[in-house]
Formats: sequence, C-alpha cells, structure tokens
Amino acid sequence: MLRLEKRPQPSKNWSYGAPLLAVVLTIILGMGLFAILGKDPVIAIKTIFWDPVFGQFAHFYRPEVVKKAAPLVLIAVGLSFGFRAGIWNIGAEGQYIIGAICGAGVALAVYPYDTRWVLFPLMIVAGALGGFLWAMIPALLRVFFKTNEILVSLMLVYVAEVLIKAFSIGLLRNPEGYGMPGSRNLRQYPAAANLDLISGTGFHWGALTAVFAVVVAYVMFTRHQFGFNVRLAGQSPRAAGFAGVNANKLIIVCLGLSGAMAGLAGLFEVAGPSGQILGSFPSYYGFTAIIVAFLGRLNPIGILLAGLLMALTYIGGQAAEAQLNLPSAAILTFQGMLLFCLLAVDVLTNYRFKIGKAEVR
Amino acid sequence: MKRRTLLATGAGAAMAAALGLPARAQDKTKVGFIYVGPINDGGWTQHHHHSAMEMVHHFGDAVDFVYQENVPEGPDAERAITQMALGGADIIFTTSFGFMDPTINVAANFPDVKFEHATGYKQADNVSVYSARFYEGRAIQGTLAGRVTKSNKIGYIASVPIPEVIRGINSAYLHAKKVNPDVEFKVIWIFEWLNPAKEADAAKALIEQGCDVVLQHTDSTAPHQAAKEAGGVYTFGQAADMAEYGPMPRISSIIDNWSPYYIERVQAVIDGTWSSVNTWDGIGAGMVGIGEISDAVPAEAKAEAEAMRDAIAAGTYHPFTGPINKQDGSAWLAEGEIANDGDLAGMFFFVEGIEGDIPS
Repeated sequence: MLRLEKRPQPSKNWSYGAPLLAVVLTIILGMGLFAILGKDPVIAIKTIFWDPVFGQFAHFYRPEVVKKAAPLVLIAVGLSFGFRAGIWNIGAEGQYIIGAICGAGVALAVYPYDTRWVLFPLMIVAGALGGFLWAMIPALLRVFFKTNEILVSLMLVYVAEVLIKAFSIGLLRNPEGYGMPGSRNLRQYPAAANLDLISGTGFHWGALTAVFAVVVAYVMFTRHQFGFNVRLAGQSPRAAGFAGVNANKLIIVCLGLSGAMAGLAGLFEVAGPSGQILGSFPSYYGFTAIIVAFLGRLNPIGILLAGLLMALTYIGGQAAEAQLNLPSAAILTFQGMLLFCLLAVDVLTNYRFKIGKAEVR
Repeated sequence: MKRRTLLATGAGAAMAAALGLPARAQDKTKVGFIYVGPINDGGWTQHHHHSAMEMVHHFGDAVDFVYQENVPEGPDAERAITQMALGGADIIFTTSFGFMDPTINVAANFPDVKFEHATGYKQADNVSVYSARFYEGRAIQGTLAGRVTKSNKIGYIASVPIPEVIRGINSAYLHAKKVNPDVEFKVIWIFEWLNPAKEADAAKALIEQGCDVVLQHTDSTAPHQAAKEAGGVYTFGQAADMAEYGPMPRISSIIDNWSPYYIERVQAVIDGTWSSVNTWDGIGAGMVGIGEISDAVPAEAKAEAEAMRDAIAAGTYHPFTGPINKQDGSAWLAEGEIANDGDLAGMFFFVEGIEGDIPS
C-alpha cells in the first residue's frame, strides 16, 4: 500500500524541487493536451518555451518577455512579505490599477509640461502612493475592525476596475480622441514615457525597479530584522508577540509595501507598454503575481525566475496560438495546469510516500 | 564573370535557405486577422470572421489565411500584430477600435505590410481605416420601433459611450419620433460590448419599465431571450441576423457584412494597387445589411421601412437631415441641411427630446 506520511520537518530539497517537478509535469500534461487538439506536441512546447528565447525571431520576443516579467516580479516581491507573515493581500490587481490611474493622472494633469526630471519622478511617487493608499483600506479595516483583508482587498479590485473605466471615459479621456474612451498615450508624451533604458531590450524603468526590489528583498529576508520579524510572525504569531513584534504595525507595513509596489508596477505599465488609461488596461498581473510568488517559493530570487517563466508562457503561448492556430483557451488551460501541478507536487514538501501499512502506535 | 555571379547568387539563396529567412511566397498573399473576441461570439467578431472566410473562399488558393482570436487590447495586441507581420503577412486586418494605437505602432516598423484598422481614426501610409454607417440601419429600426410600440416606450441597451453608439441612439430616436411623436426613449448603458448576463438584466429592467421595444447595441442574443420570455416585446438582431428569434420578438436586424470590403482590399494587395484609404460605407455599398422584416410588423410599416432602406441605399435620403436640435435646444442642423461626416464621426451629444446624459 502506498500512503502519505507527514514529514517531521518540511523537506528543504522538495521545497526547491517541487517547482521544477511541477514545470516538468505541466510540460508533459500540456503535450497531452496539445496532442488531443491535433497539434504536434513537441512543436507546441518548442514554440512556447524555446522559440521566444532562441528561435528565429528571438530578437523580438526577448524584450517582450522582459516587459511582461517586470510587473509580475515587482508585484510578487511585494506580496511575498505579506504572504510570509500570513497577511493575505489578494487585491494587488486593484492597487496596480490605482497606481496606474494616479501616476498617469499626474502626467495628464500637467500635459504638455515637458521637464522630464521633474515629471517622471513625480509620477513614480504618485503611482506608489496610489497603490499604498488603496492597500491601506484593507490594512486599516483589519487593524481597527478585524475585517478579513483577503475579502476586502479582493473586493477593492472590482471597485478599481470600475474606476479605471470611469476615468477612461470621463476625467482622463483624451480631449483629442474624437470622443473615444481612453486617455492620451503616454508613450507619445516624451516627458512621461517609460521607454526602454537600452533601446530594443525591453528593459525599462519598471524592469530596473523589479531587479532592485529583488535585491533589496533578498537582503531584507536574510540580513535584516524586519525580514526576521516577517518570517517569525508567519511561522508563529505567538512567538512573534513575545519577541516584541507589533502585529498591527506588521499588517500596515506589509500591506502598504505590497500596495506601493503594485502601484509602481501599474505606473510603469501605463507609462510604458500599455501607454493609456483604458477600460481594458487591467490585465490580471496582480492575480498572476500571486502564482509567481508561490511558484518562486516566496523567495526573491525564486520569484525573479518564476516571473520570467510565467512571462515566457504568456509570450510563447500567444505565439503558439498564432502559429499553430491553438485556441486561446488551450493556453489558459496550460497556464492553469502549472499552478495545479505546483499545488499537487507541494504535498511532497510536507509529506512523503511510504510503502507498506501504517505502523501501529 | 557571368558564372561567378551565378555562383554568388546560388550561394546567397542557399544561405537564405540555411538561415531560414522568411521566403516571401510570390504567388500567395498572406492575409491576417486580429480579433478582439472569440470567433463564435455570435456578434462582432463572428461577423468579421465570417466575412473573412467568405473572402478566403472567394480567392481560394491565392491567399493564405491566418487569424488570432481573443486578443486583449493594449500591449498584447501590439505583440500579436507584430507576430503576424513577422510571420510574413502581407495585409493585416485589426478589427477592434482598441487596436488603433497598436496597429499604428506596428505599422511604423513594417512599412511593406499593409494594415487595415476597423472603426478607428488614425491613418498612415500603410494603414487604412474602415467602418460602417450603422446609423443608417438604426434609422430603419427607429421607424419600425415607432410604428409597432403600443406603450410608446422604447428601450435601448447601449454599450460604451462613444460616437458610434451615440449616433445610433440619435438616429433611432429621430426616426421613431418622426412616425410617432409620443415615443420616449429609455437608455441603459452597460459599458461592455458583450456580456449576456448584463444584457439580459438591462432588457428585463427596460421591459419592467414598460418598454415594449428593446433595441440593442450589444452583441449577444440574451435580450431576445428576455423579450421572448416577457412576451409582446419587439427586438432587433445586432451584428448578426439572429433570425432564430424571429418572427417574434426579433422583427428585423442590422447585419455587419464586411466581405465585399475584404475582397476588394485583398484584391488590391494582389494587384499591387493598395493605397491607404478611409472607408465609411453603409447600406448602399452592402456593408450594412438590413435583415428580413418579419410578418409581426404591419404591412404598411414594413413597406415604409423598406422604402427608407432603398432611399438610403440610393443616396436620396440621409438619416441626419435638418432641422435637428441638440439636447440642450441649440440648433445643430438647419432645415434641409445634411450632417457632414466630421460632425458624425465625433458626435458626442444627444439630439433634442432624448432624456438623460451621456455618461462621462
């Protein structure tokens, strides 16, 4: 008989091995899926994972992967603090949207002001502040009224989605846009545009910030008291209390930090790849980042790798849709499998398989 | 000397083959389509795809057809379009307003590829724009609605507040009012193009408020279902004929028919005569189709609507002919004056008599 036995301690090896195994399992299952759809599974997988990085048009796809990964990594690193401390900010998408509205709002309010070194930093501050304040709603409600931050932060996503739609047809609508929804395009506004730092690499200010965040978070978790407090609060709230960690302060800091970083990601996206405040601006980066955070084991380096992998499945997946005429639902299913496999394989971190009967105690 | 040239050419060709450079097939024209929705949405995207397939059918082996559905507007669209251009497409149709900036951006990088953007206003040397004068069809719907209503309350499920939708509401209202001075319009905005649940809710709300005609500028058949369940309510097919809901509640429809345009533009690429144009066609050119008017409509009203359809097609009648005042009472068109296309393209006001504000 095969049975599961709880490990006395979570396995360190498996905690790193699980994501890799999950990726391998996803690829195998995905190949089955593509085969059932009548496509050559090897070519499909190659189109998704190999071609964007090493294929014929890699010069075009590589910067796209960077652009897609940047917001995912930035948001996921922010979320990892709260998640480690057991504070669940599920509404990063909302903070991302509000950050974009605030950051773009600053630029659009002063259009056509053209001193970049004043305007762009102001936009960054406004973006971060917008996300921060939006995250303060669930944080303060939790601290003062013991509401559930999962629910509140999630509900605020829908509020933010309505807000951006309203802004795109109202206050921030492009006055020269013939009455169509959407703001001016910030990419065509040189003082406000978040363009590639090195042309053609996709490495814009948001990507730079994401890398910076990874480094800072790594140092925080391994070397700083705050990182220790966060981990302690997550593993044992009582012990954290005895160690003098102020639980309420931790809630505010963790939610505020993740909100600010999501807001930053939104600002860099709206000023760069997206360019416009538009009803279709929300693209679920805030939710995907949750997957990225867990796929990366809440470890900054892991998140960086997971973000790049997730971005690759997006870019490669879209390429596969176009080149192999795969239905878009197949790619979504494929991405869903990744999280599913990770959760399934994660059992091995805390349990191990045993052959034979359970011992009699 | 000659021999050396030959060798060099041969080597060049071999190298190109070895590197796998995209060898542009001279005999086949590659046509790409970028869709915002799924190809079976029953409305907007389905009709673009349907028209595209008719175009493919028309040309047979002369064209290679590629498409991508469910492309989100924004940066993902830019990548999808670029991908298609890299894949060797000669002409790419982007069929949603939200693809405007992405299309312009990609077109700048691929000067040899032709682009056709639906419902936008930004043109370039290699970017054409095209759209349909759906307000012509709305005039006919308004006429029918004014004739069949008994409660004199007409409901309108509006999607997104853009000139296109506002033109439709104005056109329908003017023509309903013309045949029935007592009509009043109730407009519900759902801020989406396709959302069956919201569309059904809006239809039910309108019917509860006493509307016995429900017009829609949204793509699903949900309002028809709601009308059918309520009974005694008239509806119109949108984008598709939606004939399965006839003869009641669906009494007519506006059908998007892009295939003549697609055939013409692809032919121009094949002939090498393509140039950037701004096309805005209506019933006359066949881009806007009026679905069969069902027998639930009284014969005189049907004849009246058909006469209007033919007059619009012949160019002898324009749905926006003065006198027309704006909602605030200020004059827009004088007696006999015909609206110019610029005013129509940017129309962002209701005409006199419609209640409520345009959301902004």
